[in-house]
Amino acid sequence: MAEHRLKPLTPLGHDRPETVSIGPVTLTEVVDQALASLAARQGREEEVAQKAKAAGIPLPAAARAEPGTPYGAFWLSEQSWMVEAPYASHEDIRAILLPLFGDAASITEQTDAWVRFDVSGSDLSAMFERLCNVDLRAAPDNLATRTVIEHMGCYLVRRARDRLSVFGARSSAAALWHALETAAHSAY
Amino acid sequence: MIINHPILGPRDAQEFVYLGDAGLIERPDGLAEGAVDAFHDYLYLRDNPAGEHRELWYHEQGDRSWLVVTRNTLTHEITRVELARDVARAKGRSK
Repeated sequence: MAEHRLKPLTPLGHDRPETVSIGPVTLTEVVDQALASLAARQGREEEVAQKAKAAGIPLPAAARAEPGTPYGAFWLSEQSWMVEAPYASHEDIRAILLPLFGDAASITEQTDAWVRFDVSGSDLSAMFERLCNVDLRAAPDNLATRTVIEHMGCYLVRRARDRLSVFGARSSAAALWHALETAAHSAY
Repeated sequence: MIINHPILGPRDAQEFVYLGDAGLIERPDGLAEGAVDAFHDYLYLRDNPAGEHRELWYHEQGDRSWLVVTRNTLTHEITRVELARDVARAKGRSK
């Protein structure tokens, strides 16, 4: 095999993940998580639920997220979830998940498709009401939903009352980061 | 306009994309007798009712499900929202 001397870059194009504090909120670029989408095949839903349980992979209800070690997950659509795991141990997450489910589920590697920005701080609703139509004041602490931020389709996954992750297309990472920064400056 | 999604509850219409008449679910069998006429009707003939209309909407910025929305074209009142999957299966169209 050829010897590659390539320098890994974060989605924002730097050596190290960005982090910035604006007023009471902190924005962090998260690069240590691997992602894979998991969709149960038609008629195999029960089987997938059992296999996921045996493997310790949570399959949360509609519009919800569930943390776990090593696997966490958030809901995408009916019988479809995004599975999260530490990148260090699950870099090739699809190859790890595939033997657990066999042909009962369709599993697609998603790590490099998305950029994840974590936002933490009190009163996040003041910031996100400027960005999207999700009502964080009324939303539960384990909400997971798709929404639109500055014309970009994103997943919003709430980890706790004061902490959430925004997943956007990795190719639009800088635009999404700019949108988050701008909203934070505007809100606080 | 708010569409009351069967799984996710009330969602703003900006998250959805409109396709057209719900009759598009009933795609004819291309190998059956008279398929050409059936496809002509399927492709070109639409009712344009002033009143209740069943139509297909796609929840693109949500759970990416197809919905059959019953909407009054005069008042925009939405009286019923179903998953297109359930509608198609009820007609025996999908496995």
